[in-house]
Amino acid sequence: MYKYIVNVDNVDSWRCANNMKISKAFHILISSSEPVKHWWAQRLSAAILVPLNLWFIYSITFMSKANYETVTVWLSSKTNSILMLIFILIIYYHAVLGLQVIIEDYVATEWRKKILLFFVKATATIAALSALISTIVIFMEY
Amino acid sequence: MVNRPISPHLQIYKPQLTSVLSITHRGTGVFLCLGILLLTTWLVCLALGEESYNIFYKHTTSWYGKLFLISFIFSLFYHLTNGIRHLFWDFGLGLDLSTTYKSGYVMLCISILLTLTTLILGDVLTI
Repeated sequence: MYKYIVNVDNVDSWRCANNMKISKAFHILISSSEPVKHWWAQRLSAAILVPLNLWFIYSITFMSKANYETVTVWLSSKTNSILMLIFILIIYYHAVLGLQVIIEDYVATEWRKKILLFFVKATATIAALSALISTIVIFMEY
Repeated sequence: MVNRPISPHLQIYKPQLTSVLSITHRGTGVFLCLGILLLTTWLVCLALGEESYNIFYKHTTSWYGKLFLISFIFSLFYHLTNGIRHLFWDFGLGLDLSTTYKSGYVMLCISILLTLTTLILGDVLTI
């Protein structure tokens, strides 16, 4: 019976469907829009990453061969450290969203899906936090 | 997590430019995940001090480090330009078959050119 409610956009027909309460129907609508939220989050993060990546590619190209002194001076500037913090947050968010779709597409077993997704999210959280803390430490120390 | 219809597996299809470019987008995406883990390691090594940075530096300037960096830069440009192509599609632009093929070739050329430009201007290959 749920599938009828999710697909209609007429409020009155929600009420008619099996005498379901409007709050419950609304709840289903909210939860059913999860893929739509995911879709928008992926596109928005991608759009923000376009200009950020130009800065990032330019930076890593020149920093890949630089010595410790040069890199710390570069990263401890206000602009670069703020851009790096934003970049890390959005890039890890975008990565998790992308990996989630791949796991959903290619992993058929439900429990394997759940374990893999948990592993991806846990790794991304720990890695993102270490990167953020390191950037702040470099900013504070130099 | 949702139970939506999943895409059929790859071996069902005959390889075409469109499908190959599409799966490469995913492939580069997964590879870039390894890249951002390396970026994270770089930042952690920097924060730990000069000694750990020098160990990291020794690896990234080695032949396998260079190979990884070059693949990373290409993957990044590929994912970036093809991502922009995807954003155009999301606005309903360029969805017909002939435009899709044209934009595919243009995107591939641009990402290769940008990679080469970056490698030359950034002087990545020499140590």
